[in-house]
Amino acid sequence: MRFTIESQQLESDLVKRVEEMIEQSPSICYQCGKCSAGCPVHYLMDIPPNVVIRLLQLGQIDRVLESRTIWVCSSCSTCSTRCPKEFKIAECMDALRELALATGKDTPSEKDIKLFHQVFMSNMRMFGKVHEASIAGVYKLKSRHFFADVGAGIKMFLKGKIKLFPHRIKGVKEIRAMFEAAGYGRKEKEEPSTEDKEQEKLI
Amino acid sequence: MSRIGVFVCHCGENIARMVDVTRVAEETAKLPGVAVSVDYRYMCSDPGQNMIKEAIREHKLDGVVVAACSPQMHEPTFRAAVVEGGLNPYLCEMANIREHCSWVHTDKELATQKAIDLVRIMVEKVGKNQELFPIKVPVTKRALVIGGGIAGIQAALDIASGGHEVVLVEREPSIGGNMARLSETFPTLDCSQCILTPRMVEVDRDPRITLYTYAEVEEVGGFVGNFKVKIRQKAKSVIADLCNGCGDCWNKCPQKKIPSEFDAGLGYRTAIYVPFPQAVPNTPVIDRERCTKFLKDKCGICEKVCTLNAIDYTMEDEIIEVEVGAIVVATGYDLFSVGKDQPNEQWTGYGEYNYDAYPDVIDGIQFERLLSASGPTQGEIRRPSDGKEPKSVVFIACVGSRDPEKGLEYCSKICCMYIAKHAMLYKHKVHDGQPYVFYMDIRAGGKNYEEFVRRAIEEDGVLYIRGRVSKIYKDGEQLVVVGADTLSDSQVQVRADLVVLATAIVPHRDAYELAQKIGFGCGSQGFFSEAHPKLRPVETNTAGIYLAGACQAPKDIPDAVAQAGAAASKVQLLFSSDELEREPIIASVNEATCVHCRNCIRVCPYSAITDKEIKDKKGNLIKMVAEVNEGLCLGCGACVAACPSKSIQLAGFNDEQVFAEITALGSG
Repeated sequence: MRFTIESQQLESDLVKRVEEMIEQSPSICYQCGKCSAGCPVHYLMDIPPNVVIRLLQLGQIDRVLESRTIWVCSSCSTCSTRCPKEFKIAECMDALRELALATGKDTPSEKDIKLFHQVFMSNMRMFGKVHEASIAGVYKLKSRHFFADVGAGIKMFLKGKIKLFPHRIKGVKEIRAMFEAAGYGRKEKEEPSTEDKEQEKLI
Repeated sequence: MSRIGVFVCHCGENIARMVDVTRVAEETAKLPGVAVSVDYRYMCSDPGQNMIKEAIREHKLDGVVVAACSPQMHEPTFRAAVVEGGLNPYLCEMANIREHCSWVHTDKELATQKAIDLVRIMVEKVGKNQELFPIKVPVTKRALVIGGGIAGIQAALDIASGGHEVVLVEREPSIGGNMARLSETFPTLDCSQCILTPRMVEVDRDPRITLYTYAEVEEVGGFVGNFKVKIRQKAKSVIADLCNGCGDCWNKCPQKKIPSEFDAGLGYRTAIYVPFPQAVPNTPVIDRERCTKFLKDKCGICEKVCTLNAIDYTMEDEIIEVEVGAIVVATGYDLFSVGKDQPNEQWTGYGEYNYDAYPDVIDGIQFERLLSASGPTQGEIRRPSDGKEPKSVVFIACVGSRDPEKGLEYCSKICCMYIAKHAMLYKHKVHDGQPYVFYMDIRAGGKNYEEFVRRAIEEDGVLYIRGRVSKIYKDGEQLVVVGADTLSDSQVQVRADLVVLATAIVPHRDAYELAQKIGFGCGSQGFFSEAHPKLRPVETNTAGIYLAGACQAPKDIPDAVAQAGAAASKVQLLFSSDELEREPIIASVNEATCVHCRNCIRVCPYSAITDKEIKDKKGNLIKMVAEVNEGLCLGCGACVAACPSKSIQLAGFNDEQVFAEITALGSG
């Protein structure tokens, strides 16, 4: 990588957004690398977690928003738990994903991950809990990976791990209210998510 | 027949693992003259020492051989034990069967055989040993402190507080040293001058301290307790006793454009000057190389304006002789020169940083002067080229330091901290400015130091970039700094208005020469060598000469002050008795056989041997011989080896003893 560090970049609005969202400044990170050392999905990342923080320190947030890393992160929070400076790395990844979606800078190569997230969330909103069969169905339709992981799916089904019909929890309204409170309500979205409609149709 | 006791130590397993100690004791017991031979687990322990004392009484021993570690470690222990047992300490010898035997061998049988040989050699030597008694020399209870920086000031004040006279010699026209040039000090951000100047005034006021500024040590002779020092008082051209420091002379001096050494070239001074307003003493000096009066025999304004007639153009250098008992060397440091002019031919500069070419590339001490309220800009941050306030400043660490290719391998220790301080103070003065730091590692070991650096990064927004800078080039009014950030694996560029280089700490230009003059050791980089890196950190290898401050190694203020206090307490320890006891292991000349070839005088590294005239009763010269000064001789034995007529003997190592050792080895 090669870049010029500009003081404007260091004070970029996007970095400030991240700071506001996690209520912490990346400058507290002293680059010990403990987050990267313990990350279980490090091997799938293009930029190690500590370098993500480093690039934020250097004002290079575009590079981070385009990275694969923020989508590969599974939010297990091993990093946040172990960080000696108590920096909220997992929360930071979350904030970066949100910013990536909001700014449309998300990486094209990780479309499937983004798609899965969206399918997962709309499924949650619909039933108040996850229904694996409908998630798998919608995801496969939209991603067009029809035959991937089919073997595992059959095995899970045979063991009774996948229910055919969804079960709606009692407090679905409350769950939806939570979505809305967090700014993910259907009303606030410019166009009602097509996934929701499709998912409802399918079911 | 002598009655010698042999005591073989196991040193836990250190010796016993490789040497059959029991057999050593058994075999050496059979040697002629050995009255008793035993082995024990730890001879240096209390029971071990008691064993020696009791054996001396019980067996009426007249010599002791302890087969154990190096005499460097425990010879004093065993000699003290022997004294308690009722023998002269010099009748005790050590056979080193640890460092010279068990630690370096792998064959137990051969090692045991060697240990027996080593003990036998010492048994033969001890049989020829004579009682020796310490030499007593008087102590002059006055100390010389060389260098009037914070370390020298602290040492002088502490020694004076102990009630002793101190002679403080400073090369510059004022004391204060580098600390007087600093703005604020890490990690507390105290104003450097505010905490230093009271100490300077104290030096001036203390009647026990004689201060020579604008002076240099010319020659040092003598030995511990009895040094004779010649000090060259350079001609100040101003009579200090008459001058009241009113300032008329330097205000009227027409030579106003001389780059100020004190301001590191960023400000100007006059030809007659005091380096800074709080100078101690506040007496100006005339820089004869710049003064029109001396160069062209014109002007003379200072003499005309001085109402006290204190100006004396005819003043000459003066040699002052003082006798002192101890010397504290506190000559401080210089900064590594980034430019082409290098004081040491092994060093090379940093052409790629263009220090010589760009006025806005400055070094750390220059930035200190920019920050300082008494500096050329009255503490406002203005860059040298156009006087504008820099909005982006790049600080570069390890310029010279940790760069073997440039000639310096070591870490200068203070730069990490002062860079953090610089960046922080810059941000405090220029709120909309951005400081950047290029560094390799942040070394902030010290009380509240790490916290200080983190404060700079987390609270003041200093951006630390981990990597060296490859080059600096000019683009318009700005400088482009090309470096690396190894943390993000990137090559980065920063546009800067000002670049500050944290140049390495190096010893004073003349440090080596001074060490030669006084006669103590100097490391390869020119820093003065302490006698032991851990256990004797303020002593040199020459008795009576102590070290304080950055002349020994790069040091910050707390460390320099602590070391100066330690050196002062060592001086007071030396002054606590009227006489010094010195080891009697010294050379002596047999005047009857000495032919005055002067070989010994030439080889003596301590200048301890001089010519002596032998005269008859009427005063006629009979012959010339060599004479050993008991105070100076350290018993190295060089003269003994050099003497062609065998007229010099070293007490404790005379020919008879050494031949006994060699013969013992041959008879084994």
